[in-house]
Amino acid sequence: MKRDTATKIITANDLLSGEVVYLSTSGKWSIRHSDAILFEDKKAANTRLTEVQAQDTSIIGPCLAGATLADNQTPMPVHFREVFRSKGPSNRFLGKQTYAA
Amino acid sequence: MYNYTTFDKDFVATRAAQFRDQVQRRINGSLTEDEFRPLRLMNGLYMLLHAYMLRVAIPYGTLNGTQMRALADVADRWDKGYAHFSTRQNIQFHWPKLQDVPDILESLAKVDMHAIQTSGSCIRSVTSDHFAGAAADEYEDPRPTAEFVRQWSTDHPEFAFLPRKFKIAVTGSARDRAVIKLHDIGLTLVRNAAGAPGYEVSVGGGLGRTPMIGKVIRDFLPRADLLPYLEAILQVYNQIGRRDNKYKARIKITVHEHGIEEIRNRVEESFSLQRMRFDGVDQDIFARIEADFAEPIYKQASIEGYEIARQSDPLFRSFTDTNLHPHKNADYTIVTVSLKAHGATPGDASSAQMRVLADIAERWSHDELRVSHEQNIILPHVHKGDLPAVHAALRSAGLATANIGLISDLIACPGMDYCDLATARSINIAQGIATRFDELKLEHDIGHLKLKISGCINACGHHHVGHIGILGLEKSGVESYQITLGGDGTETASIGKIIGPGFSTDEIIPAIERLIMAYLDLRLDASETFLTVFRRLGPQPFKTALYTNEVKNHAA
Repeated sequence: MKRDTATKIITANDLLSGEVVYLSTSGKWSIRHSDAILFEDKKAANTRLTEVQAQDTSIIGPCLAGATLADNQTPMPVHFREVFRSKGPSNRFLGKQTYAA
Repeated sequence: MYNYTTFDKDFVATRAAQFRDQVQRRINGSLTEDEFRPLRLMNGLYMLLHAYMLRVAIPYGTLNGTQMRALADVADRWDKGYAHFSTRQNIQFHWPKLQDVPDILESLAKVDMHAIQTSGSCIRSVTSDHFAGAAADEYEDPRPTAEFVRQWSTDHPEFAFLPRKFKIAVTGSARDRAVIKLHDIGLTLVRNAAGAPGYEVSVGGGLGRTPMIGKVIRDFLPRADLLPYLEAILQVYNQIGRRDNKYKARIKITVHEHGIEEIRNRVEESFSLQRMRFDGVDQDIFARIEADFAEPIYKQASIEGYEIARQSDPLFRSFTDTNLHPHKNADYTIVTVSLKAHGATPGDASSAQMRVLADIAERWSHDELRVSHEQNIILPHVHKGDLPAVHAALRSAGLATANIGLISDLIACPGMDYCDLATARSINIAQGIATRFDELKLEHDIGHLKLKISGCINACGHHHVGHIGILGLEKSGVESYQITLGGDGTETASIGKIIGPGFSTDEIIPAIERLIMAYLDLRLDASETFLTVFRRLGPQPFKTALYTNEVKNHAA
């Protein structure tokens, strides 16, 4: 598995629930990785991240994470840590993996 | 147990109310995350991988049935119906919502509990021997000292912003069950030649990135000098502990860089000044605390039922062979309840199990429970005549696994299933090892073995002091597991040695199996433990088993 990619998404945790969220194409935060907006250009991603860090008080710890496009053209995580963040713990059926696809 | 005074009750209730106000100000935007973060950490609230995590203090691992039930209520009402007992004798809730945390803390304050100093660069919740006040091998109860240190260190104004976190552990037994030598300060209750009570004080122990065995800074400190001496150590650390590099900020590095002699001289100099500030009030407080830890009023009853059940019930016999420890009262015993059913997550308990433990403690253990750093629950005072009933109650709740001290009684941090610092998972490896050795039906034959797994170099899973330690790392974008051998967290403490290249997730469990098979071949007889064999023969035969056989298998 790759460690990282040039293409990035922006992810954070929701202030109230703590749930992992992704900046979506609509500009809102989504709980689904597949909704994330994929930045082809790291500079553009960093610019957007700086805006989010300065303005958005509904989330905490926004950062970039590597992602690629899956066969269905939706972003998918690259590093195994981001895979766990997008699903939930592997020892219990809890978190995002319990949501209907 | 220590009984909260009106002052203590007011203090924790006030802190919960203050935190409610802080949370409201964070939610309404008056506080930024940078401003709020230190406030939430002071109340044990972390942001982990999938959610917030609330770490609630169980000082020196001691709680009663009412408190355990309150924790079960938190799990049901505000979390997901379970909780995790940690290697610091605390409890963690892995799914609380920010807006609910003030209600959780308020509910805990009502049963004299809190989350204060379970995080941050301060003196953390004090830990101790989980058999304290009960074990036959104990010569003095460490809990009054642990409680005394807890009170002194709570909200201590001078030590709220130390270079890094600071952990103190206390024991009163020659058998160290509290990992004393691996703490920033380790206190061992001793008596001098004249029979006066005091402490052997060690300093600069620790796990993590740079594991170090603590060094004795004072071989006998009179009991009355404890607080001024602790103040002196903390003052020296606060002044010369490094703040330029977080990885070199623990007192173990301060001791290492300056040398124990220089640290001792500085501490003694500070101590001579500190001592004048203490006029004996502290000793009055100590005496009051000590009175709270009087021995329970033991019941007089027959233990015949215990022997009869041992003869007639093989499960009961297996449980009592494995999960008991001698009590200071010969008619009583200490029961360790395993939170390591084969294949389960080490340290996790459901709310239903927590309530069963609360009921059992109230009915059969003088209303006392302990959390061990090995992620089990202790019933410290069980009359042997009550053991069949206790065993039946534990069995009905899935809590009667007879594996204490065996390979499946392993400890594991939450790892990358929950923790944002983790570099790999640890729970899945723990589950895999326990399941495999249960299938092999070998663990009773293997005997006493400490296997400890951490999901990152911070070593919450104490891998450095496992007879077998496993450290989860990332290697080339996948999880990789490094094995250390020969670690020991007891009175014969040693740091495990890295044995060779790491193993993948698929390779690590077969690798552990090869290691154990080699041990079984190498031991002189069943009484020679894994650690003893390692100390006798060194790493080479284990290295051969791990790596040579692997190549052979691959070639085949």
